[in-house]
Amino acid sequence: MSDAFIAETITIAGHGGDEIEAYSARVIDPEKRAGGVVVIHHMPGYDAQTKEIARNFAYHGYNAIVPNLYYREAPGASPDDAAATARAAGGVPDERLVGDVAGAAEYLKSLPAANGKVGVIGYCSGGRQSFLAAVSLPLDAAVDCYGAFVVGTPPEGMPLKVGPLVDRAPQLSCPLLGLFGAEDKYPSPEDVKVLDDALTAAGKPHEFHVYDNAGHAFFSVNRPAYRPEAANDGWAKIFAFYGQYLSA
Amino acid sequence: MCTYVTETVAVSGSAKGPDGWFRVTDGSVYFDHPVHAPQEHTLNIDFLAPGQGPSARVAVELTAESARALATAIESVLAQVPAGLA
Repeated sequence: MSDAFIAETITIAGHGGDEIEAYSARVIDPEKRAGGVVVIHHMPGYDAQTKEIARNFAYHGYNAIVPNLYYREAPGASPDDAAATARAAGGVPDERLVGDVAGAAEYLKSLPAANGKVGVIGYCSGGRQSFLAAVSLPLDAAVDCYGAFVVGTPPEGMPLKVGPLVDRAPQLSCPLLGLFGAEDKYPSPEDVKVLDDALTAAGKPHEFHVYDNAGHAFFSVNRPAYRPEAANDGWAKIFAFYGQYLSA
Repeated sequence: MCTYVTETVAVSGSAKGPDGWFRVTDGSVYFDHPVHAPQEHTLNIDFLAPGQGPSARVAVELTAESARALATAIESVLAQVPAGLA
């Protein structure tokens, strides 16, 4: 079977039926039955590095899509300008995020080479949003990469509207893989423990790893926070996890 | 960490971007990951004109130390302005 894939900018129906931009990286061989992955970009935006993550999933035989969560505020803008605009506007509302991920999941299920399974992965603010999607939508697997404020609340007075989600652990619809840095403060190892305990109490399957010598954003290859050892092991765990839960 | 720490402020003045000068109306000040500066976290300031779109933006990413020095310099200069001018 061919290992070819195509990667391109497309339009999908997001929350409320809004047309939003998205980046699709998907296998070409229609004989394949591939799992799907919704990649939720980090707070710095819908950038080249996040698109590379989608292509990496396609290289490994998955259909992947990155919805541009800032498209409504900043259509056509560069990722950093769009992120600045979204930040000034208070960030992405939770309800809209869930609708955009639902639209992206529907897109993945509609592909000819789809096996019907859809997972989600998010980084940084997207880690929180990955958990949010997994407690709001029927999914098959979720990965939370160092998402802050799943546990705890941001300091008072901040314009960004994010609240804690840990109380919704009983609604988690699928297994969760959590990848965190021991040197991170948001989320701190204590926050990770609170989430771990809540999922255990709710009887939800989950697998958490906290890497030593790594802090926030250790997967970010273009930033000083990059930690190859943690990132390489994290990628291996992601593919093992999706291999278990997103295969036909 | 992703601090989310952000303050927004109404500003009045002008800034110069790639397309020349424009009037700015809003500012965002936050301590978070930079796009370009070689630090894990920086004090970032965006001067914005939302009415002219997302690209009407002048951004700086400063180390915490240099941001504090800048704030002190701004206060120092304003304190030296003759009475009635500022």
